[in-house]
Amino acid sequence: MIEKALTGSKKYWLWLAFLGTLIFIGFLCYLLQWKIGLGITGMSRDVSWGFYIANFTFLVGVAASAVMVVLPYYWHNYKDFGKITVLGEFLAISAVLMCMLFIFVDLGQPNRVLNVLRYPTPNSVFFFDACVLSGYLLLNLLCGWTVLHAEYKGTKYPSWLKPFIYLAILWAPSIHIVTAFIYQGIPGRHFWLTAIMAPRFLASAFSAGPALIIILALLLKRVANFDAGQKAIQTLAKIVTYAFVLNLLFFFFEVFTAFYSGIQSHQAPIKYLFAGLHGHAEWVPFMWASYILAFIALILLVIPATRKNETTLAVACLSVFIAAWIDKGIGLITGGYTPTPFETITPYRPTLPEIGIAIGIWALGFFVLTILYKIALGVKESKELRVKYQGVLIKK
Amino acid sequence: MAIKRRDLLKLGGLTLIGTAASAAVGGVYTKPQEALKGSRWALAIDVVKCKENRATCGLKCVEVCHSLHNVPSIPDKKKEIKWIWEEKFEHAFPEHEANHYLNEKLHDTPFLLLCNHCDNPPCVRVCPTKATFKREDGIVMMDYHRCIGCRFCMAACPYGARSFNWIDPRPFIAKVNPEYPSRMKGVVEKCTLCYERIAEGKIPACVEACPAKAIVFGDLRNPNDEINKILKERLAVRRKEELTTYPSVFYLIG
Repeated sequence: MIEKALTGSKKYWLWLAFLGTLIFIGFLCYLLQWKIGLGITGMSRDVSWGFYIANFTFLVGVAASAVMVVLPYYWHNYKDFGKITVLGEFLAISAVLMCMLFIFVDLGQPNRVLNVLRYPTPNSVFFFDACVLSGYLLLNLLCGWTVLHAEYKGTKYPSWLKPFIYLAILWAPSIHIVTAFIYQGIPGRHFWLTAIMAPRFLASAFSAGPALIIILALLLKRVANFDAGQKAIQTLAKIVTYAFVLNLLFFFFEVFTAFYSGIQSHQAPIKYLFAGLHGHAEWVPFMWASYILAFIALILLVIPATRKNETTLAVACLSVFIAAWIDKGIGLITGGYTPTPFETITPYRPTLPEIGIAIGIWALGFFVLTILYKIALGVKESKELRVKYQGVLIKK
Repeated sequence: MAIKRRDLLKLGGLTLIGTAASAAVGGVYTKPQEALKGSRWALAIDVVKCKENRATCGLKCVEVCHSLHNVPSIPDKKKEIKWIWEEKFEHAFPEHEANHYLNEKLHDTPFLLLCNHCDNPPCVRVCPTKATFKREDGIVMMDYHRCIGCRFCMAACPYGARSFNWIDPRPFIAKVNPEYPSRMKGVVEKCTLCYERIAEGKIPACVEACPAKAIVFGDLRNPNDEINKILKERLAVRRKEELTTYPSVFYLIG
């Protein structure tokens, strides 16, 4: 099947070359970090996690969201998702890959990364996260590839795969719940110590992830002549809508608890993020941008006419994606570290090399995604009956 | 010269014997005879004495600790490394910020902050490699050779006691003490309650260095230890008691 990725249009190769350049720039930045240390980033003694972990957290959600297309298809036999199931699974693969890379570049001693396996520590959530993430990667590789290969051979996937598909469905939420546990089990960080963290993570994942799948499906329709089907996209749009409403509701619950209880220490991070605190307002414009986008998305998604229109749906999905990325990525991390345990504020801003490394990882993720999608669409296309008759392409 | 199969097998056999021998020798560890023995080491810091002598003491505890343990002096506040340092009351005990009366009383009192060597340490709970662990005597230890630099412990510590080597610390050490290892970039470090001195029968360096004898070191589980007597007599508080991490560092405020 790999041969499908080796032939392509000029646009395909240009796109890969563009991503390759970004990966190379990211790699050069990483060499700098390898030499000097994490000191090239904007992180500090007080804000000791930053952009890398923010992107990691967000992408775990994207990875987990594949379950939103896999579950209806395999459990409820929802046939309309047949064409996009593999898109979800392959998106999960590239997202988990990015997650792992973001963790890796965040390590101070990356050459010791295998210590996590050499000294397994069940009481550490990180250990569990490493386990569930690699398990999820393997499951999606196995399921996605085997099903596609069966299609390639013109048969149904083998029956031994069924338990693995079901396991992958159950496994998906676990990766995001465990990632939420990294934060919500820590004492003394007011913004993170909340039982609603895991539900919030799931809600934002199940809105931002499918939103990305919709965007990708709409893109593929234009650039790759692949139609996921109106019904599939509309069902996904409804999933995005419900999950996003829940996500915003959960945020409102947080705000209510912090402000109605009157507990200042719980309010401080929210105040810092949205209004600024003690003269520091580094992330205020970003947080407001996030919630204005969220509001726009909410309106466009809730009104049936704009949800059904492909252009407005695309705008809504893009807004959901960016809003969730700011909110769950950078907002979550800086909010957790601000104020510090001394109730002071140390501002955090990512540096250029830090952003370069992050862009490199995103580019690598999309590089892998492009190749996987190219293979998937190539296989699907080859199964379609196409006849070129007197210069006119006739598709069945 | 290509290695012969026979030689390779010989080499393999030797390695096996070596591994078996080291396994047989390893695991047998006895504490040195002269080591101080305790089951929960603790510090009681008399902040009243600290305040009285602050003008003349020159913060010897910090200076001696940092020079003894090769703690670098990095000028950039964001990248600094500190094992023990001075902080104002409202930063050490931010939960009492709203209490103006207490704040006013203690505003000028210096508070020495360091790793609390908690009995229920969140940093140990979250470490994915057991690079930070609690010893039987209550010391929360660091293994700089195992630490992968994930900084989960820094997120988990509610006391901000941990520092990370964002850059190579060695150029920032004024005078290297060859008796104690310096660290490399990319690992977390903190106070280890002078475990290396305790093993030699000495008390922690900060306790010894204080000209006012404001820091008392002792074993909480030993009822006859002086520290228990002091903690019973004086008014002692610990930081962020509500998190039930049970710190081993007490502040005598009255």
